[in-house]
Amino acid sequence: MSAVTDDPVQTITRPVPVSQRGPAPTHVVTTYGMWLFLLSDIVMFAAFFAAFVVLRDHTAGGPDGRTLFHRHTVLVETACLLFSSFSCALFGLGVEYRHRLATYAAGAATLALGAAFMVLEVSEFTHMIAIGAGPGRSAFLSGFFALVGLHGIHVACGMLWLLVMLAQVATLGFLPKVARRLQCFALFWHAIDIVWVGVFTVVYLGAFT
Amino acid sequence: MNTEAQAGDGREQPGAPSGLRASLLKYAGGLVLSIILTLVSFRISESGAVWPGGVPVLLAALAIAQMGVHLLLFLHISSGPENTNNIMSLAFGVFVVVLVIFGSMIIMHSLDTRMDNMPDMPAGAHAAPAMPAP
Repeated sequence: MSAVTDDPVQTITRPVPVSQRGPAPTHVVTTYGMWLFLLSDIVMFAAFFAAFVVLRDHTAGGPDGRTLFHRHTVLVETACLLFSSFSCALFGLGVEYRHRLATYAAGAATLALGAAFMVLEVSEFTHMIAIGAGPGRSAFLSGFFALVGLHGIHVACGMLWLLVMLAQVATLGFLPKVARRLQCFALFWHAIDIVWVGVFTVVYLGAFT
Repeated sequence: MNTEAQAGDGREQPGAPSGLRASLLKYAGGLVLSIILTLVSFRISESGAVWPGGVPVLLAALAIAQMGVHLLLFLHISSGPENTNNIMSLAFGVFVVVLVIFGSMIIMHSLDTRMDNMPDMPAGAHAAPAMPAP
């Protein structure tokens, strides 16, 4: 800064430019990397969304979304993910304030709500396949199973990750690296929820308009 | 809006003693706003109170609003200096997503209306002239 402060313009107090602040803190760098991963993940989802939107009317004489989807199931699924997003945020707060009981309670709630979502989705899928509306029936159903299934895989992976995080809190305690990993998990979980907002709007509610 | 003010408070004093309360308020605000937006979306799609032609646009607006709520209140995207890179990459990501989805829709719709001999061909596609020979 010393070289720059001689400049009369620079003597006015102004925030230090980013280029002169030195390396960013680890948590900023880590979350930025995670953020880039999530954005590329969302770009991949965009391709699946595009495929579904293009194929949605091509039912090949098979059932369409209006006859297959149940709005109430989707509403309950949405509620599961929304509340799990909230409890995931509480999970992060529990780690930030090093409160063991709150951490475990919020983590367990997130896991249970994620599991409830998965149960609903898997039962929806198996029911659709059982009545002959599997992914091979029509282009619309291929797009549906690919898009919603991909989201379901993300939720399942998130639950696995959450189990690992709970185990790390139990064994390693509230180390900074555990807190950083948890921050990344929270980003991932919220991003999945954002994708679900697109899924229930485009796939499920879009079928009824 | 009230919740936005709470979000701003939480952002400006991350290490303050009131940080826990601010964070809790922020997350609760995010939850309440998301629930309201979700319920409105579901009501609109089934009630028929809205002119049918406007429903998709309204649903899209509500979904984008809810994604914004998630980004602001759960993912902590803000205009702070630490977030500049995140915002830039978010803008690029949104650009690519919009390009992929709407580009596919426009191109495939155009192909659909130009193609002959398709069983699901929309009405009036026969009127489209054949592709000129090169």
